[in-house]
Amino acid sequence: MPGADKETDLSERIESFLSELKRCGSGAGSLRGSAETARETTALLRRITAQARWGNAGELMEIIRKEGRRMTAAQPSETTVGNMIRRVLKIIREEYARSRGSSEETDQQESLHKLLTSGGSSEDNFRQHFTHLKANVIEAINELLTELEGTTDNISMQALEHIHSNEVIMTIGRSRTVEAFLKDAARKRKFHVIVAECAPFCQGHEMATSLCKEDIETTVIPDAAIFAVMSRVNKVIIGTQTVLANGGLRAVNGTHTLALAAKHHSTPLIVCAPMFKLSPQFPNEEDTFHKFVSPHEVLPFTEGEILSKVNAHCPVFDYVPPELITLFISNIGGNAPSYIYRLMSELYHPEDHEL
Amino acid sequence: MGDRLTASTMLQNEGKELTKEEKQRLRKEKKQHKKNKKDDKGPPEKEKEKEKASVPAPSKPATQSPAHKAAPAPVHASESAAAAEKPAKSKAELRAERRARQDSERTSKQGKKEGGQQSASSKPKATPNELQPVVKRLPEHVQVDDPAALKKLAKKLERQQVPLRSDYGYKVSLFSHLHQYSRKSPPTLQISIPATVIHPSIVRLGLQYSQGIIAGSNARSVALLHTFKQVIQDYSTPPNEELSRDLVNKLSPYISFLSQCRPLSASMGNAIKYIKKEISNIPSQCKEEEAKGKLQACIDSYINEKIILASEAISKYAIEKISDGDVILVYGCSSLVNHILCKAFEKQRKFRVIVVDSRPRLEGREALRRLVKKGIRCTYVLISALSYILPEVSKVFLGAHALLANGYVMSRVGTSQIALVAKAYNVPVLVCCETYKFCERVQTDSFVSNELDDPDDLIVTRNGKSHLENWQTVKSLGLLNLVYDVTPPDFVDLVITDLGMIPCTSVPVVLRVKNVDQ
Repeated sequence: MPGADKETDLSERIESFLSELKRCGSGAGSLRGSAETARETTALLRRITAQARWGNAGELMEIIRKEGRRMTAAQPSETTVGNMIRRVLKIIREEYARSRGSSEETDQQESLHKLLTSGGSSEDNFRQHFTHLKANVIEAINELLTELEGTTDNISMQALEHIHSNEVIMTIGRSRTVEAFLKDAARKRKFHVIVAECAPFCQGHEMATSLCKEDIETTVIPDAAIFAVMSRVNKVIIGTQTVLANGGLRAVNGTHTLALAAKHHSTPLIVCAPMFKLSPQFPNEEDTFHKFVSPHEVLPFTEGEILSKVNAHCPVFDYVPPELITLFISNIGGNAPSYIYRLMSELYHPEDHEL
Repeated sequence: MGDRLTASTMLQNEGKELTKEEKQRLRKEKKQHKKNKKDDKGPPEKEKEKEKASVPAPSKPATQSPAHKAAPAPVHASESAAAAEKPAKSKAELRAERRARQDSERTSKQGKKEGGQQSASSKPKATPNELQPVVKRLPEHVQVDDPAALKKLAKKLERQQVPLRSDYGYKVSLFSHLHQYSRKSPPTLQISIPATVIHPSIVRLGLQYSQGIIAGSNARSVALLHTFKQVIQDYSTPPNEELSRDLVNKLSPYISFLSQCRPLSASMGNAIKYIKKEISNIPSQCKEEEAKGKLQACIDSYINEKIILASEAISKYAIEKISDGDVILVYGCSSLVNHILCKAFEKQRKFRVIVVDSRPRLEGREALRRLVKKGIRCTYVLISALSYILPEVSKVFLGAHALLANGYVMSRVGTSQIALVAKAYNVPVLVCCETYKFCERVQTDSFVSNELDDPDDLIVTRNGKSHLENWQTVKSLGLLNLVYDVTPPDFVDLVITDLGMIPCTSVPVVLRVKNVDQ
């Protein structure tokens, strides 16, 4: 029967996506860009909306929440998955509100008046059935997909506003967003880029060779030389894995050192991050923040005799507090870190922060 | 103090204006003093005399001047050339005789309130020294972008029959004034075997330096001193030559060769100055065997005092700073810091160590092996994980390559980063350094004087792929492999030396005290 086939097909896709997420997270495998993950998640959610069985918005949201919990559990460090799920949930709420006729703004805003007057929870609000809801939601998700595809270009278009000629720019590791940003500026301006290689994975090397293809003067330095060369750097432009709710970053390890060195020399630190990286999590120094990979990258097995007597650590991420960041450049423009909480409230509904 | 006073400044302090007769009297006094010491010291003494006579009385020529300084006095021009190569020695002699003169004057002026005046005037006394136009020769190894300097060096090396090493690879423009050598082309390739001019143990030492087999400030200095002992052993004075002068001339090509292999470190520079001084202090009546024995004893005592005993003293001070339950962070492989930690462990202190390491040298693994062999509990991370590990740390111990006169610490690249992040987390930073590594240079950033290591070291192969393999062919790509960096003194909380525990800003005080003692 077509319905059953669709269901099995859907669950197969979900399972394959989950297993890919689990595999990708080891850090040593082919690291997929966050943009790709975001796109695939959104496509999958669109498929779920289209093919799953649901009667009203509430049921749809329940299904998406359930799948979302499984996806985030598969790879907790991949926050774009969770972000996309929350975006879609917000889309559903908006479409529902629009179908009902009430404006979304008044519904979403928490106000003292609302707290006092509306005693009823919004739960039973989602029980109404609308025929066009499915089509509307799918259309909105398509819009989201087009937005996702255009993020890198939107960010690179702002490059010339921030880079002047004969500048020395420093970056760390490999970020596709920053790569596109710098390449776009290089078409019109001449500047020099210093890339910190970011051991132990040394992704900086890939970044440097890729930048050289566009004839950008690049220098590769080891991580230890970051403070030594910082005095000659005019700007630091980095990418990040996640932007946290307080405006801080969860970025590749070594970024905190880079940010401190930039602060010491009063060099502006610019973070190029598309909006889908914005996550409603707050930083917590417990075990959930850090992700570790196998320390054989740090201390290889060839050092056999001391290996058993030594603890070796290989954390993947660093926390960078918002005081060290000067500017966020995202697809909707430039923002200060203090504004991030506001952007977040526009993207996600407060009740979705916990899936 | 006021040990640098002369008659002139004492008179100045008393408010009298110097008349012509007094100036002449002064000059005569100085000549008398010099005549008394002429027998002991060598010819450079006359050169100083000439300097003193030429400079007007109130100011004191403290520093060696190159030959071009005006010298109306008699024929000592030749001495100046010879003396120009031994600045520290004549400086030391200058100070010695100043001290003697001051002593004699002090005894002759009893009852006057000189103590206060002396100490007060020691400062203004010092400044006339530094205000003299000191034309210090810029070391060659930071003038690579100057073709005239390169030509001069090439000529000098040709004269000494030392091979010239050529630079390798594309140099980042910020560092075009420094050499960049490749480990694959050692300077010994161009020497014929057996080398005629250069002693074979020097050749071996140079090769060990250039290949990185001997690395680390103390190790290099000790190896250098042992090799010099060997050289002195094999040396025989040619006829009609004095040992004190000829041996120093013999050492010059060796030193050029070694600096071609790898630029000399501050500690090596100080050791060489000491040896040269000792050699020139050998009296001419001394027999060759006796002189050689004396020199070898000097070298042994230098190593013993400045390196071995110093590290014992430093360990004693440092162990006071290590308490039970400490988590100590160390960076790279510093022989002194490792020694301190081993000693503290022997004294039954309970602590654990975090070793931070960095590419491409990965020296921390050596430190890790030594500490683990002792039985100390260790953790190992790379420098990019510093922000993760630092909240656990209670103290940071760092070694130093040299301590500069403005309080900056010159050490392995990455040290300043560690000090910066430790400061941000309010963790105390202690630098351990022997006094023989103190140097009179000043530097504010890591660019003007540094060392560039082989850029090929940055290439790494992961998963069978190596992205930077053909970096030479890519036009706009440069690799930068710095060896040293400078840490500003506000990141360092304490410097532990064999003279005690001092703040970073007291380095010039120690230098002054040391120079007086010499």
